[in-house]
Amino acid sequence: MIGILGSLAQPLPVDPVPIERPGVDWGALAPMLVLVGGALALMLASSFVSSRRSNVGYTIFTCLAGLGAIGAAIPLWIEVTDDERGPFSTLAGSVGVDGFSTFVTFLLGAAVVLAALFIDDYLRREQLEGVEAYVLLLLSATGGVIMAHANDLIVLFLGLEVLSMAAYVLAAMHRRRVTSQEAGMKYFVLGAFSSAFFLYGIAMIYGGTGTTNLVTILETFSTTALTEDGLILAGLALLLVGLGFKVAAVPFHFWTPDVYQGAPSPMVAWMASGVKVAGFAGLMRVFDVAFTAYAVDWQPLIYAVAVATMLVGAVLAVVQTDVKRMMAYSSISHAGFILVGVQAATDQGVEAALFYLATYVFLVAGTFGIITLVGRRGDGHHSLDDYRGLGRSRPVLALVLALFLFAQAGVPFTSGFFAKFYVINAAVNAGSTWLAAVAMLSTVIAAFIYLRIAASMYMADPPATPAVGARDVSAGPGESAAAPRIAIPAGATIALTACVIVTIGAGLWPGSIADLARDAVPVLVTFG
Amino acid sequence: MGPMVLAQEGAPDFPVLTALVLVPAVGAVAVALIPRARAELHRGVALLFSSAAGALAIYVLAAFDKNDAGMQFEVNRSWVADFGISWHLGVDGISLFLVVLTGVLFPLALLGSTPSHDAKPYYAWLLLLEAGCLGVFVALDLFLFFVMFEIVLVPMYFIIGGWGYARRVYAANKFFLFTMFGSALMLVGIVALAYLNRDAVEDHNRAEAAELLAEQGDQQAVPPAVQQRVDELQADVPLSFDLVEIAEGRTVTDNSAGANPFDWAAARWIFLAFVLAFAVKVPLFPLHTWLPDAHTEAPTAGSVILAGVLLKLGIYGLLRFGLYLFPDAASFFAPALVTLGVIGIVYGAIVATMQPDLKRLVAYSSVAHLGFIVLGIFAITTQGLQGGLIQSVNHGLSTGALFLLVGMISERRHTREIAGLRGLQKAAPVFAAVFTVVMMSSIGLPGLNGFVGEFLVLIGSFLTRRWWAVVATTGVVLAALYLLWAYQRVFHGEPDEENRHFPEINWREGLVMAPLLALIVFLGIYPKPVLERMEPSVDRLIEHVEANSDYKEPPVATEGPLVTAGDEARDQEAGG
Repeated sequence: MIGILGSLAQPLPVDPVPIERPGVDWGALAPMLVLVGGALALMLASSFVSSRRSNVGYTIFTCLAGLGAIGAAIPLWIEVTDDERGPFSTLAGSVGVDGFSTFVTFLLGAAVVLAALFIDDYLRREQLEGVEAYVLLLLSATGGVIMAHANDLIVLFLGLEVLSMAAYVLAAMHRRRVTSQEAGMKYFVLGAFSSAFFLYGIAMIYGGTGTTNLVTILETFSTTALTEDGLILAGLALLLVGLGFKVAAVPFHFWTPDVYQGAPSPMVAWMASGVKVAGFAGLMRVFDVAFTAYAVDWQPLIYAVAVATMLVGAVLAVVQTDVKRMMAYSSISHAGFILVGVQAATDQGVEAALFYLATYVFLVAGTFGIITLVGRRGDGHHSLDDYRGLGRSRPVLALVLALFLFAQAGVPFTSGFFAKFYVINAAVNAGSTWLAAVAMLSTVIAAFIYLRIAASMYMADPPATPAVGARDVSAGPGESAAAPRIAIPAGATIALTACVIVTIGAGLWPGSIADLARDAVPVLVTFG
Repeated sequence: MGPMVLAQEGAPDFPVLTALVLVPAVGAVAVALIPRARAELHRGVALLFSSAAGALAIYVLAAFDKNDAGMQFEVNRSWVADFGISWHLGVDGISLFLVVLTGVLFPLALLGSTPSHDAKPYYAWLLLLEAGCLGVFVALDLFLFFVMFEIVLVPMYFIIGGWGYARRVYAANKFFLFTMFGSALMLVGIVALAYLNRDAVEDHNRAEAAELLAEQGDQQAVPPAVQQRVDELQADVPLSFDLVEIAEGRTVTDNSAGANPFDWAAARWIFLAFVLAFAVKVPLFPLHTWLPDAHTEAPTAGSVILAGVLLKLGIYGLLRFGLYLFPDAASFFAPALVTLGVIGIVYGAIVATMQPDLKRLVAYSSVAHLGFIVLGIFAITTQGLQGGLIQSVNHGLSTGALFLLVGMISERRHTREIAGLRGLQKAAPVFAAVFTVVMMSSIGLPGLNGFVGEFLVLIGSFLTRRWWAVVATTGVVLAALYLLWAYQRVFHGEPDEENRHFPEINWREGLVMAPLLALIVFLGIYPKPVLERMEPSVDRLIEHVEANSDYKEPPVATEGPLVTAGDEARDQEAGG
């Protein structure tokens, strides 16, 4: 015994082989570091300042962190789109930096800024001041950025979990409202299930290929064909379940309406924009890049999921009366439309899906931002009737919402039109003409709900003023006591202005975003 | 795209069509920027901009070369270069009068009615609508056409829904969803067509390259000129949405007409996607149900524009993007389309007869009239096409005028129920006289414009679709039935207490009606200026159809109603 210990204490007879440490390219990780560092710094700083009045400071800090992530990604973008240098990988090939990951980082950074601007006023209005929401938002965005950079299924899973955990808590952020708690709980339980599926999928892929690295997987399939690929197919299906849950694809969508309805509206703005972008980033990385060899197998699967997602989302949206639920189903339908681009399994398809995501981030964040404002104190005014007469009482706000709604319906000269056009283009070029036709039909069905909201704003009279009571004296002329005039705070104004500029700008000069999206087609980079 | 196009206007030729589309759009922005407090300015500015667009349209008419069958005033600038989408505008004899109709009808509709509330958005939407409509008629790029065709929905939706009558929201939603349903598939069709065309051109070019190389025999010593040509042919063909390029066939080598190279079986499916969009807009028989609701519930100006201009978007689409783009498919499906048109004529007339509401009656009469136009177009004869086109203009004038008159009645009496109106002729004889002329034009009385169109349609369709023409003739009789009967109930008899003080037509209303009446009479007596401008383009269209399908126009129809300079030019061309 002692001898053994003694021999262990002895220096080894041969020279120790130095362990090869993976190189860390800190520059490549900068966007993630900015976000996660921002989150930690914010948490730390909050303990030194009084919480009541520091909300604006937190918002500004969060926006700066979001912009910082974008800023950190710009040199990377220049580097990876440069013909001589190109994409590269770091951390032993588990993190890949290419146009795709950088583009998604841009989108997530923008989504963080928009969400933070909407959260600012919300927290004050609901008397929920505190740093938690901002910290969680930044953490969630970190997860998204990790997912976008994932070159390895394990890294993808890590990103997914960081993204989701923070999002679960964000959904439950409103401490005093049971619906918010319920939404958080539902999101968590179902999300945990889907993560388990995802993890099991990774295990199966590992079992089938002996690796979790996406590059190795791609190389394996380019040189060898498996005679028994049941494990791979099952693994792929499970990965689709996990990612399909995040992007709210049918039949993994059941949580969406409940969570979107119950969760605080500005948090939904993040869920519908940031979380969805990250989910699609993972989906495209796995299916359109790593498993292209299996495209013949997964394309029909995504085809069916896309059809179901578009139609179920659109049809169920029509029968809702709660605007948040409507928009939840509408976001499901949009996810289906993006899946049409994913299904094409071509560069053009990925490009179209990225363009769609880029425009949709601003559309959906803007829409939920306005929903936050119309929700008023208590975040409870979300029925269609609460939008009655908005065109008269708040003409500019109503016009902006109408713009977002018509853009989502794909009306020309808005970003939404070109988003749909590019996806249809990719689908037709890939031979899925009938899928394109179904996609357009689902747009028509979904248009009905946008029209319902627009009609409520413009074509219905404002709700009748209730009987004159003591409280009415304080209210100004033309305002009813039941629904005080909607306030439009500065933060929301900035965010909505940005959304409007992008929506109209991309509708007139789609090339501005489409060119970026073209450079952002994902590649897998070997470590070396 | 506004500023972009403006920035490129340094070109020596003034791009009149670009200006035509942009003037109302700029006007809409201008109206939107005038503060609400300066309410008196909104109407004036709106009238100014729509009159300016009207003046540009008249200028196009005046400067139009009537012997040229091709596109005139062409503008072609790249918009979305990656997809070969361009700002390509042009006018020929087919679109010319629809442009002029739009240019004339909008200022009159603006002048002829006032919104019940919120003047500012009302005028802004109307101007935007005008820009969209003009854009549709001059667009020569499939994508640009679609964009304009779609954007028209939004202003019309708000006009019906915001300023209409009791069931306006229902009508507006129905209008939007029906039309969007039609055009949704057209977008897929447009994209599919562009790819189909590209693939066909590529195949054609590659085959030719192979032929060239085979001719050379010795592969090693290909002369550089030939090699360059081969490389040119083997290069990737960029995607294009250009209407003329796709319709007339585009190859690097031959530019001969009728080289339309793509797969006609697939083109038939795509044609159906296009026709669905236009059939909703026209509207053709089973898809017409949005029309009575939208026309009846819309405010007066909305109804005038709907009937006068918006329905013509569908007609124009059928001609330009049906017949011209898909000659083979169009002649293949022509019997079905003609049948639907004839059903529309008879059905629209019968239903119109039964309407208790004057406005709804006029709305259903549109279904019947548009049926005539479709019959004329898909007869595919010179007279039929000319008749269909001139009838489009006529319908815009006479039904537009009828809606204006019904709007005046409704403004005065706050009812449109035929049962509630009586003896208006006694109370307002001039008003009744104006109504009579317009109504007679709608019925098709010889000497007025309606007769010219219907007569040409019937002649044209008799040659190729005899029995359909026979059934359609009953529509003329039925039109007399429902309009005269309605006239009798509304204007004849002794006015009761409520109708005794029906005010006479005032100067503003007279100013609006006078140009319409003048055009109705002028076109009825002397349609030659219109027909001779249409004829070269119509003949060219028919030649295009004959070259690209099995269809042959019966020889008796080749001589148009007029022998014009266009014919001589064509004969010379054929001789040389």
